[in-house]
Amino acid sequence: MNLVFDIALTHIRFRLRQTVVGLLGVATGVGFSVMMAALMEGSQRDFIRQLVDSLPHVSVTDERRAPPVQPAEDVYAAVTFHGLSTDQGRKGIVNPLATVAALESWVPGALAPSVQTKAVARFGGRDTTASVIGIEPRREIHVSQLARQMTHGDLDALFKAPNAVILGDTLARKIGVRTGNSIILATAEGRAFLAQVVGLFHSGVRQIDENQIYTLARTAQVLSGRTALVNEIRVRVDDAMTARDVAARIERQTGYKSVSWQEAHEDILSAFKIRNAIMFMVVGAILLVASFGTFNIISTITHEKARDIAILKSLGLKERSVRSIFVIEAAAIGLLGCLVGFLLGYGLCLGMGLIEFKTGFTDAKRLPIHYSALHYLLAGAVALASSLVAGFFPARRAARVHPVEIIRGAS
Amino acid sequence: MSALIGLRGVSRMLGGEIPTTLVADIDLEIESGKFTAIVGPSGSGKSSLMYLLGLLDVPTAGEVTIAGRATRNLDEDARAELRLAHLGFVFQFHFLLPEFSARDNVMLPMRALGRFSDAENRRRADALLDRLGLSPHAGKRPDQLSGGQRQRVAVARALANEPAVLLADEPTGNLDSASSGQVISLLKDVAAAEGRAVVVVTHDQGIAAGADRIVTLIDGRIAADQARAAG
Ligand SMILES: Nc1ncnc2c1ncn2[C@@H]1O[C@H](COP(=O)(O)OP(=O)(O)OP(=O)(O)O)[C@@H](O)[C@H]1O
Ligand SMILES: [Mg+2]
Repeated sequence: MNLVFDIALTHIRFRLRQTVVGLLGVATGVGFSVMMAALMEGSQRDFIRQLVDSLPHVSVTDERRAPPVQPAEDVYAAVTFHGLSTDQGRKGIVNPLATVAALESWVPGALAPSVQTKAVARFGGRDTTASVIGIEPRREIHVSQLARQMTHGDLDALFKAPNAVILGDTLARKIGVRTGNSIILATAEGRAFLAQVVGLFHSGVRQIDENQIYTLARTAQVLSGRTALVNEIRVRVDDAMTARDVAARIERQTGYKSVSWQEAHEDILSAFKIRNAIMFMVVGAILLVASFGTFNIISTITHEKARDIAILKSLGLKERSVRSIFVIEAAAIGLLGCLVGFLLGYGLCLGMGLIEFKTGFTDAKRLPIHYSALHYLLAGAVALASSLVAGFFPARRAARVHPVEIIRGAS
Repeated sequence: MSALIGLRGVSRMLGGEIPTTLVADIDLEIESGKFTAIVGPSGSGKSSLMYLLGLLDVPTAGEVTIAGRATRNLDEDARAELRLAHLGFVFQFHFLLPEFSARDNVMLPMRALGRFSDAENRRRADALLDRLGLSPHAGKRPDQLSGGQRQRVAVARALANEPAVLLADEPTGNLDSASSGQVISLLKDVAAAEGRAVVVVTHDQGIAAGADRIVTLIDGRIAADQARAAG
């Protein structure tokens, strides 16, 4: 074996306790980094998957990005108008069936027109505001998870009673209603009618479960007082990650505001970016601390080995070779630490995957863990690099020592 | 015959608050086949001179030549190479690597030089240890050897690459008279039988008396340089 390697490995073999301590420092750093990355990415992916599942990938609404041209502007070429009442009424998507057909010709996925309106749901003495979504069940099953989220009844039940509605389970609990009961739906404009609860659903996202009521499109149209109204087309694209591009193209084609799930949740996605940045800092700090241990060990060894270094140099070993001895030791500690850390990290991930936990926004569930070789590679690379740096400085200082100084002292 | 190592007008000063002269105006030529003793009172600069002869230290004035070549412009790596190939050192302290066996310690300079295979190095190390009467101890670590045995291993290590010059700074300083005698006769043999130059710094009058040449240092200068009458 190469002499330099031989000396390096001998040093660490004869300092098993120190080596193991240093190695465990690196291993702990790597292990916890891997676990943290797996948890962070796991929860992020889980959250996004839920988001993507529970919402349309693209929502085409009857709004425009630019404020609509006001009638007065057609008449006067002035810059601003004061004191005019604006035309704000949402007209709905013009000719919705043709629009849907035009989009269906190219959009890779499914489309479902829907009618959105607001109402107060009342049962017994209790009431709550709700957002009512009028759907076509046959199309709905292709764009949302609603059919799968039903806890009582099914989507087809909407056809089986006049003014049938499906409620989010939290909403139902809030006003104390069960399937089979009739509730009153009332609008701000004063329209009201009895509706029969034919089913309940549970999406897992609290905001939806306590606010949403589904009904047939025409029921929602009656409620809104506008027959043939369609104010949203919901799109589920085959690949959720392409939603942004599809939304942009729909908007160019129809002129209607088309919002992809990414755009709708830009804030959450950018929060994830911040979260990831924080994670990288914490992980970096953990690994940095681990490298202090390596620094300490290599410093100690170089001090203990001052005489050996002196004789090696006086015999004729070059500074570079002496330095390599200790850098190799640091690398060995880093490398072994990584390997043990990988096992530790994997074990921690398995362990964490068994823990159940609860958040305020979703149901109790297992901690989502995302396994990725990249986490191991990254943590390993950072740990190894910082071990090398941590070893390099004491090694360089040791290798520069003038042998005469030590030989004089020892004789 | 040209000198193996030549010092011409060599001085070594230490800077600092109180400038110190370690050695001054040294003219010295070390020749092969000779056993040279450097003597002098404590603090007279014997060790300092030896470091200069061994290219471990650099003079502040004058020139050190090795086989006629000037060393002034050599960098540390180049001087390390010269030491490895042509010089051997023995100090008062043995400086053996504590985790390595006697054999491995002797093989160390051989492996660093890389002239032979590991198997050949091992054979050569065993031959050296055998010659120094250490065959039974080849596999022992330094802490399993006596002081005299350790010092003989150190001599074997100094001879590993068949150096032209062997430099020893009080090699018997820590030894009893029996061990001391063994080491000195070994060094003499190295000079006489193998034709290497051997330079020994010593306090021991007996050792000095047996040398081919005695260089006496006082206050960093050569006070006397006597050759024993050829006999
Ligand atoms: N680093 C240093 N700083 C200051 N003075 C030093 C230093 N090294 C050596 N000296 C001085 O230089 C002089 C020569 O030292 P050197 O070790 O060469 O003497 P020596 O003849 O080998 O002595 P000894 O017989 O005691 O080993 C001494 O007076 C010593 O005190
Ligand atoms: Mg001395």
